[in-house]
Amino acid sequence: MVENHSSTAGPTGAAQAQAAAADLPAPARPVLEAPDIARVLTRIAHEIVERAKGADDVVLLGIPTRGVFLARRLADKLTGITGRPTQVGSLDITMYRDDLRLHPPRALARTEIPGDGVDGRLVVLVDDVLFSGRTIRAALDALGDIGRPRAVQLAVLVDRGHRELPIRADYVGKNLPTSLRETVKVLLAEEDGRDSVLLGQKESRNDSRQDAHGGPGADARSDAPAR
Amino acid sequence: MKRHLISAADLTRDDALLVLDTAEEMARVADRPIKKLPTLRGRTVVNLFFEDSTRTRISFEAAAKRLSADVINFSAKGSSVSKGESLKDTALTLEAMGADAVVIRHPSSGAPHRLAASGWINASVVNAGDGTHEHPTQALLDAFTLRRHLSGPGRDLNGRRITVVGDVLHSRVARSNVLLLTTLGAEVTLVAPPTLLPIGVERWPCQVSYDLDAVLAKSDAVMMLRVQRERMNAAFFPTEREYARRYGLDGLRMAALPEHAIVMHPGPMNRGMEITAEVADSPRCTAVEQVANGVSTRMAVLYLLLGGSEPAVAPAAATAATRTEESK
Amino acid sequence: MSKTLIRGARLLGGEAQDVLIDGEIVAAVGSGLGTDGADVVDVVEADGLVLLPGLVDLHTHLREPGREDSETVLTGTRAAAAGGYTAVHAMANTFPVADTAGVVEQVWRLGRESGYCDVQPVGAVTVGLEGKKLAELGAMADSAAQVRVFSDDGKCVDDAVIMRRALEYVKAFDGVVAQHAQEPRLTEGAQMNEGTVSGELGLTGWPAVAEESIIARDLLLAAHVGSRVHICHLSTAGSVELVRWAKSKGWAVTAEVTPHHLLLTDELVRTFDPVYKVNPPLRTEADVIALREALADGTIDCVATDHAPHPHEDKDCEWSAAAMGMIGLETALSVVQHTMVDTGLLDWAGVADRMSTRPAAIGRLAGHGRPIAAGEPANLVLLDPAYRGTVNPAGFASRSRNTPYEGRELPGRVVATYLRGRATVQDGKLA
Repeated sequence: MVENHSSTAGPTGAAQAQAAAADLPAPARPVLEAPDIARVLTRIAHEIVERAKGADDVVLLGIPTRGVFLARRLADKLTGITGRPTQVGSLDITMYRDDLRLHPPRALARTEIPGDGVDGRLVVLVDDVLFSGRTIRAALDALGDIGRPRAVQLAVLVDRGHRELPIRADYVGKNLPTSLRETVKVLLAEEDGRDSVLLGQKESRNDSRQDAHGGPGADARSDAPAR
Repeated sequence: MKRHLISAADLTRDDALLVLDTAEEMARVADRPIKKLPTLRGRTVVNLFFEDSTRTRISFEAAAKRLSADVINFSAKGSSVSKGESLKDTALTLEAMGADAVVIRHPSSGAPHRLAASGWINASVVNAGDGTHEHPTQALLDAFTLRRHLSGPGRDLNGRRITVVGDVLHSRVARSNVLLLTTLGAEVTLVAPPTLLPIGVERWPCQVSYDLDAVLAKSDAVMMLRVQRERMNAAFFPTEREYARRYGLDGLRMAALPEHAIVMHPGPMNRGMEITAEVADSPRCTAVEQVANGVSTRMAVLYLLLGGSEPAVAPAAATAATRTEESK
Repeated sequence: MSKTLIRGARLLGGEAQDVLIDGEIVAAVGSGLGTDGADVVDVVEADGLVLLPGLVDLHTHLREPGREDSETVLTGTRAAAAGGYTAVHAMANTFPVADTAGVVEQVWRLGRESGYCDVQPVGAVTVGLEGKKLAELGAMADSAAQVRVFSDDGKCVDDAVIMRRALEYVKAFDGVVAQHAQEPRLTEGAQMNEGTVSGELGLTGWPAVAEESIIARDLLLAAHVGSRVHICHLSTAGSVELVRWAKSKGWAVTAEVTPHHLLLTDELVRTFDPVYKVNPPLRTEADVIALREALADGTIDCVATDHAPHPHEDKDCEWSAAAMGMIGLETALSVVQHTMVDTGLLDWAGVADRMSTRPAAIGRLAGHGRPIAAGEPANLVLLDPAYRGTVNPAGFASRSRNTPYEGRELPGRVVATYLRGRATVQDGKLA
């Protein structure tokens, strides 16, 4: 599995996510458990219905990998509230990243736009962690090449701060103030076997990959075009 | 993946699956209103063609442009190159122009290998067909087409029986396909008159037959190679009529194929020679689809070679399997 | 008169002996030879070194006249001396072709002026190497160059009638036709040995039968007209069988093999590096083994370099555009030591026979390939078989650098070469 967007330290690469998952510096402290995650998703679903005045034209687009699972869960909840099927899909942002030249090319994930497309609709982008904002910037570019939504909103499970671009979320599961020395790891049953959000410490030294693979600081220093 | 794509043998099974899976995603871009990705913005791809091949050139050109690369077409035929400028000097010129990738078609077997190994340039070299040696992107697009019809995204071609018919001796398409399709697990059978099979073919990882009718019923796909009429004059076979009778694919032979089997052709087709119009125009013939798949496949190759700081690393077999499950 | 005393050299690899050279002649061979008090004597301590008669090459391309950008008679003979040679046969495919008495005398004279190595011109068999009309073979034989070897090398005398006439005609002056055996139709556009590798690389194949069919024909022709025939750069196991068969019949056939065909195989072509492009092409491992055995048992009479210099640009290109040929004078002895001596197939006396005595005899070259004995011309090479070194073309005397051995470790080194008593190489350096 190659993720285009993992949550270890915000917008970071796959290898690192796996490395971090396998060798998470102890102790990683759970900040959300399964019932919490279910609860905040329900809340976000209600907020979407409320702000979209019925969610008739909402299209949920999850950003792979975990954003897609969150989008599907949100879609189920929306359907439960409105009684109508909810349009849900995925949006791969790999080809739009601004740090492509910092890594070997990544395998692509699936972009799946629901049948009626996004033109004139309210697109809600769904991701697990909002960090530097660069992933969302790439997602907006990717979306622009697919169609012209009426409006675009953003739903995230965790906002850990440290934005590098003028981007904010419309729906936030949990605001989690973090330091750059900390890692936020989202586990979802579909991918990881259980639901949890873990706050851990970055391995202090040696882990130069962390920096090389982006996240605040690294991207800011990079010469990659920000588009 | 290696830095250059010279031979289909350069690709491991994981590399090949990565290219094919990436090509699947690239193919979806073609269905969008904006058929363009920003990925190779600022990269320069040079199409260096020492041989006329409009089809292959425009396929690479479309692929590079859809990825926003700058494309320079250098048609070396009839230019200074044919007036004695060496491959080396041409390469040095391209290097000075800042080429990130050189897509090379050359009448001489081994020229792309030489370009990649000589130290003349730093760019990635993609072989777009060299002499009678190899044409790896053609094999990739053929594998992509085969997979779509015979196995499905994320899968290899394990156990699929592919019959390649025609002028194997002079065919770079055949060489690359034997290597790639067997890497992907397919069982390849070459069918040709003995004059059009290379010495030593018995050591290739495939079966060989002189009798097309004997293998049709056991084929999941038949790939018809273009047979050049000039070969007749060099006594490789007596007449076009005899060739067509013994090795051409007509409606009758197509009917002997299993229901699900497809007919492939790398183009351009010699209708009436290796393939009849009836077969060429039938829905089972994938020649046109192969052209479309060529763009997606070449986008994938360019992305994986040029899209990052270095060529893509194929995921390990285990993770590839996971993805296979997921994409189903 | 200058004298040189070579002290303690192993003659033909045998017992250590002293050899005294006086002027152009070997004055004495024995142990404990003195320096004779008053005479000026140059003493060479040769402990552990091997002394052989000066090497003779039946097959060298010196490129002059016409392609002085790749080699001249001077640079080529310097390369020859550096490789231990005291005589080379200069092939006829120059510009103009060596098909007249004028051209062969010019080459012969240039060789004499160089002073590094005797140059014995080879005359073309046919005018312009075109295979159509016999050149003036008699005029070349009667010229100052006294040509005895005739060859269209680079091209095959493929017309059976022309070949028959040439074989017959040169009997009048004890000449020999050296055939470049390559059936032209079977090798149109050929790029490398036809076999597994050519099939995989998609390079047009050069079948063994293209060489063997011509050899078979010429052996039968030579037997029919009672002439001697020499086969150039024999490269296949099948060719060995044919020559062995002809020799068993008692026919006057001789054959040569190049150092590169004793060592290299067509697997190297997988690199597409044109330094491995040569005519005849590198063959398979089985051929290499057969050639070594044939050289060891005498079926193949001699090693000939087919030293073929080419300018850098003719090799610094794609395979099909590259020129065919490799240089070999400066590495021949090392390759032969590596492939024949160090493998136990041939002793140093055998090397002297295959690289000096027999080629001199085939070329009817007086004064070369003689025993190392009192009264014989002092054409000698002193070599160090214990030396191990990496081939570095930068140090070559040849004007060209197209060696396939660059970076390879090869044994042996020429310490000194004597041409009629005068050192052309001393302490491993050209004098």
